[in-house]
Amino acid sequence: MATFTERMAPVLVLWLAVSLSGTWAVDKGNFKTCDQSSFCKRQRALKPGESPYRALLETMELTNTRLTLQLINDNNKVRLLLELYRLQGNITRVKINELKPLKLRYEVPDVLIRDPPTEPLSLLSQDENGVVLSLGAESQRVIVSARPFRLDIMEGREVLMSLNSRGLLAFEHLRMRKDTSQADPEAEKKEETDPAKQAETAKEEEEKVEDGMWEETFKSHSDSKPNGPSAVSLDFSLPGVEHVYGIPEHADTLRLKTTENGDPYRLYNLDVFQYELYNPMALYGAVPVMLAHNAQRTTGIFWLNAAETWVDISSNTAGKTVFGKMLDYVQGSSETPQTDVRWISESGIIDVFIMLGPTPKDVFAQYASLTGTQAFPPLAAVGYHQCRWNYNDQEDVTSVDAGFDEHDIPYDYIWLDIEHTDGKRYFTWDPHKFASPKEMLQGLMDKKRKMVAIVDPHIKVDTNYKIHNEIRSRSFYIKNKDGGDYEGWCWPGSAGYPDFTRADMRDWWASMFAYDQYEGSMENLYTWNDMNEPSVFNGPEVTMHKDALHGAWEHRDVHNLYGFYVQMATAEGLIQRSGGVERPFVLTRAFFAGSQRYGAVWTGDNAAEWDHLKVSIPMCLSLGLVGISFCGADVGGFFKSPSTELLVRWYQTGAYQPFFRAHAHLDTPRREPWLFGPENTALIREAVRQRYTLLPYWYQQFYHAHRTGQPIMRPLWVEYPEDPATFALDDEFLIGRDLLVHPVTEEGARGVTAYLPGKDEVWFDVHTFQKHNGAQNLYIPVTISSIPVFQRGGSIIPRKIRVRRSSSCMMHDPYTLYVALNPQRTAEGELYIDDGHTFNYEKEFIHRRLSFANNLLSSVNLAPDAQFSTRSWIERIVILGASKPSKVILKTDDGQESQLEFDFDSSMSVLTLRKPGMNAGVDWNVMLQ
Amino acid sequence: MMTCQTPYILLLLCVGVSAVEVQRPRGVPLSKRQFYEENKPFTCLDGSRTIPFDRVNDDYCDCQDSSDEPGTAACPNGSFHCTNAGFRPGFIPSSRINDGICDCCDTTDEYNSGAACQNTCREMGRKERESLQKMAEITKEGFLLKQQLIQEAKRGLEDKKAKHSDVQISKKDLENMVEALRTVKETAEQPEKEAKERHLKAWEDQKAVIQMEKDKARMTEVFPELDDDADGFVSVAELLSHSELDPDSDGSFTEAEAQGLLGGVDQVDAVTFESVWNNIKEKYISESNADTPAPVETPTEEIREPASDNDSEQYPEDDIPDEEEEEEEEEEEEDDDQDEGDYKSPPTTQTQEKKDDDDEGTMPPYEQETQNLIDAAQKARDAFDETEKALREVDDQIKNLEKEISFDFGPSAEFAYLYSQCYELTTSEYTYRLCPFNRVSQKPKFGGSETNLGTWGHWAGPEDNIYSLMKYEHGTGCWQGPNRSTMIKVTCGKETVLVSTSEPSRCEYLMEFISPAVCQEPPNPDSALHGHEEL
Repeated sequence: MATFTERMAPVLVLWLAVSLSGTWAVDKGNFKTCDQSSFCKRQRALKPGESPYRALLETMELTNTRLTLQLINDNNKVRLLLELYRLQGNITRVKINELKPLKLRYEVPDVLIRDPPTEPLSLLSQDENGVVLSLGAESQRVIVSARPFRLDIMEGREVLMSLNSRGLLAFEHLRMRKDTSQADPEAEKKEETDPAKQAETAKEEEEKVEDGMWEETFKSHSDSKPNGPSAVSLDFSLPGVEHVYGIPEHADTLRLKTTENGDPYRLYNLDVFQYELYNPMALYGAVPVMLAHNAQRTTGIFWLNAAETWVDISSNTAGKTVFGKMLDYVQGSSETPQTDVRWISESGIIDVFIMLGPTPKDVFAQYASLTGTQAFPPLAAVGYHQCRWNYNDQEDVTSVDAGFDEHDIPYDYIWLDIEHTDGKRYFTWDPHKFASPKEMLQGLMDKKRKMVAIVDPHIKVDTNYKIHNEIRSRSFYIKNKDGGDYEGWCWPGSAGYPDFTRADMRDWWASMFAYDQYEGSMENLYTWNDMNEPSVFNGPEVTMHKDALHGAWEHRDVHNLYGFYVQMATAEGLIQRSGGVERPFVLTRAFFAGSQRYGAVWTGDNAAEWDHLKVSIPMCLSLGLVGISFCGADVGGFFKSPSTELLVRWYQTGAYQPFFRAHAHLDTPRREPWLFGPENTALIREAVRQRYTLLPYWYQQFYHAHRTGQPIMRPLWVEYPEDPATFALDDEFLIGRDLLVHPVTEEGARGVTAYLPGKDEVWFDVHTFQKHNGAQNLYIPVTISSIPVFQRGGSIIPRKIRVRRSSSCMMHDPYTLYVALNPQRTAEGELYIDDGHTFNYEKEFIHRRLSFANNLLSSVNLAPDAQFSTRSWIERIVILGASKPSKVILKTDDGQESQLEFDFDSSMSVLTLRKPGMNAGVDWNVMLQ
Repeated sequence: MMTCQTPYILLLLCVGVSAVEVQRPRGVPLSKRQFYEENKPFTCLDGSRTIPFDRVNDDYCDCQDSSDEPGTAACPNGSFHCTNAGFRPGFIPSSRINDGICDCCDTTDEYNSGAACQNTCREMGRKERESLQKMAEITKEGFLLKQQLIQEAKRGLEDKKAKHSDVQISKKDLENMVEALRTVKETAEQPEKEAKERHLKAWEDQKAVIQMEKDKARMTEVFPELDDDADGFVSVAELLSHSELDPDSDGSFTEAEAQGLLGGVDQVDAVTFESVWNNIKEKYISESNADTPAPVETPTEEIREPASDNDSEQYPEDDIPDEEEEEEEEEEEEDDDQDEGDYKSPPTTQTQEKKDDDDEGTMPPYEQETQNLIDAAQKARDAFDETEKALREVDDQIKNLEKEISFDFGPSAEFAYLYSQCYELTTSEYTYRLCPFNRVSQKPKFGGSETNLGTWGHWAGPEDNIYSLMKYEHGTGCWQGPNRSTMIKVTCGKETVLVSTSEPSRCEYLMEFISPAVCQEPPNPDSALHGHEEL
């Protein structure tokens, strides 16, 4: 989906001719730089130095659960309250708020899954310079220094992280406007614009009144700022760290860059038309979580603030060449490498969670304990999705559906974009083009397929539209600064924006998905929330005015949460309509920390360009690191039309990314998989089929992500944290820990070089079964049909190789187990099975450990209390790196023994056991003799 | 454990009056029965390996070519044969066996999935027979109509050829006539031109005399105006009060310059002023109207301000006017075209303006003699123009005839009847109009301008049936996309009618058009009905 410009295309011919003038990129002028965002400019002007803040140790209170302590700013005597918590699972929470704010400051609700359970802090020592507290585990301590105030988190003699060590803590306290007594706004304006007079006033006053504190204008939009300046900022120093990751969403490399020579990374959910790659501009979603990693330790910072936020990163080694670093090392003169980070937010409070790892997995678990894990999607959602703006009418849907059958390509969901509605009124259908939606949905259901229809949060202002009338009559719309319903321009024309921050609004919204409310809907209709940044075509930066009101709070305070709430309410609606039985599937474009709990995200309106294909990897990897595993990019690219080669390569890449959906702009030529000649149809079919054979493995990864918060699509360093060669890799990735994928993302590629990690490991090409050693850069010659994928030696991966029309059709099919032996001739894997679509998985499922050691392959129950039975059986076992046995004995749970037939391919050392036939849900073992 | 499956199907097939049982593994077509001999080792059809017969259809894929599992879904690229007694037999991919979806009308693909399939073969067979019957009738009638169309086209072609040669002859006549009339015209125009020039010359001379007198009279008026002190002399000082007379217009009118104007002296009397007046009369502003300020030009173009609520160029209200502007430009172009079309009429407006400027009065009418010459020449011109126009028309006619004669209206010109016809189809939003071999267009039902969806391009069907598709291209351009184009799929029918339209891809239209012109000679209807049946 697109920004408004895009969709109003027909009337924009001249504008585009002028504004694009041949180039094709985002119009950067529509979006603020740090300099144009007054709080960022103000805060960034503050340079490292001695902090004016001092801890008043005499105010310290230590209870079982927390430490509190006042801070004072010696420049203005404003006092802050510091709260320090030690949370379960090796997390330290630091909260800083005004001690006595003029009015309440916003604290982000609903993102944490609960009040994080605390553990006692104990006082180790105290003097007039500070206090030392124990964090319990592994001799970890927090040192609170009083003058100037700073926090150091230590382990042994090592500093893990320091806060305010560069003195950049800044807390703009709420204040009365000094000139409010002057009623005449004209006079006031004059005063502000008269530089000489302003300078005078500034001298007199204790605190400078700067431009933009009480009012700010960007382009023609003015932001009234009735609360005045309210920004917060804090710096974090990370000794020994050269690699930081996270803070999505940016179209940038996996490893974050230093920002000293440009703008900071910006977190402010925006609908960016034709976004540009490799820069720190804000995009559709924001997750204020950063991971820091070195070969010894991984830590994380979760800055819980939903206002516009900027993140500066600097490093003392950034400018140095490898040679320079070596020289430092040889000379022993090197200062420790260090990364410094600084967070700046426009309003709210400082509420930061310091996740102390020490392993990547620990950080994922720590973050998951705060914001929850990936929603466990219905199995079908892990299949292939066919989308286009737009499938024109029911007939079109039927014929595309038939096209998949004709060309024998599986798919699970076909999608409808905004044109399916009656005049962009969501929850309705175009009466001509989609006159009988239930008939259409039934047709899909007969094929065991499903549909997704778009429901955006902007509501057409139209008194003949039920949804609008109800929202208005319940006063559920966001209000403008003067108290009237906020109206903005979006697809339907003038639109209202429901206040999703209200729980009663969300409940009502959820109820609209009931089958009797959402006419034409059926249980195989799911939902897509787009434009939920929110996108407001005629608003500042194509979004909502910051002085719009959500009850007592300004939009400024909650902006980055809006999309999170929209998806939350929609997912709840899909759950409720089935009486709590069925798992929802909701795709969102905007997101925040915690959005993983509600469904999938995609990387928005990308383009049919090779660089966009490449960047899909780091973009989804970054999201995975901060909990959002269900990520994908529009296959083929949204804007523009891909070359056939690019389209094929994109399918091959997308088939190995968690959310696999093709999508295309309204104005592009059709690109269903069979429109590019039989050879390309075959290539695309093969890529999609590879996805479907691997569904059991994918589904198992989702189950794990849901249980543990580990990412599905992982950067290599997550599994090989001690191998610096992996730290900046973002052209290849792991799925779970057992599959390594290096998609071909170069035009006309003849080969790719993949780094295979693991000094003592081996990797098997999943297509040829050829074995390669780990810890090497491997050159792989490729053709147009190649998708370089490797299975880790030591793993067992279940597949279903009978690819059918849709995932549901494959439900009862048998499994083939791929056992890839490591040099120690062992392997481990899992098998997870449930009904694929209900919440019954909480109790009814099969979860088995498969392990191979001492020539014995066995399946043992990991969840003896769970109940589920399956018709699926094991049809084949393929052992890679095996030697030839003389015989193979299968022993089943009833004690029966039988001899299995096998094939042995000595050239590749592949042993294939023919049709063992046991049920996939029972205990068994297979002995090679 | 695996569910038990019956590897065989028992088929009862009726051939005439006798019933035979044909036993073969599930999913095998009769044509391949001989490869699956019970209790004998089975060799994969590609010859790659031989397996015991009990591994045929045992739900495990042994053959690379999938031939050992014709009746199960075990092989990745196998196919399953449905007999579909009562309908048409067919193959489905073996991945559709037991997937819970009924694919074969005889339900044989879902023998173990629990899907409740109904045998619909008989019903489908009946329906197909009916529709084949109907189609056959249509084809038959359509084919007869097509023969008529071919005859008509033949006649039409002959008519056109005859007309073509007729018109060629009349063209020759016209050409001769044009040449003759051109001579007459030129002969009449020569004396006309001379008489007119004479008349004009006389008028110019007369005008010059009048002008001189006027000049003198004005000078007489001006002298006392300039002579402020009324001493009978115009002095340097007096001249200086008229800054507009500054010869180099540099803003400072100096005494030296004034003296220069007065011919180097300090003052001139009324007589000498005559030579001075010639130097200043163009610039001189009479004192009686010197106070009237020159009208200040107000800029008509307003500076367009951005909508107060919007800075983004993405906003529509900024852009809608652009489109209007574009339309206006188009209209202007049309106006230009009209002007060009009127090339024969004299530029009346220009002479009008000249008259207004001229305060020396109008040219007196031509003398009778001259007027007679003009009238005669005009008559000759009119006769010439008329004949020339007729010749052009004939040329066009010939061009059109030649185009039509050589146009590809199909192998037997059966599509010729569509030429210069138009067919319309109205949907909920638009009226579509197809004018075969010309253009396709779309017009919103509730107002709005017409959009060109393409002009005739070429026949575009597959090689063996190229007259089944028409391509219309180079229609109105799409934003960030191609020019609109339309494919017309022509199918056999008794009538000629546009039946459906769609836009499968942005700006690429697809329409279905029925015409007898594509009806093929119907085969024997009986063989059509039974040709596909296996038995």
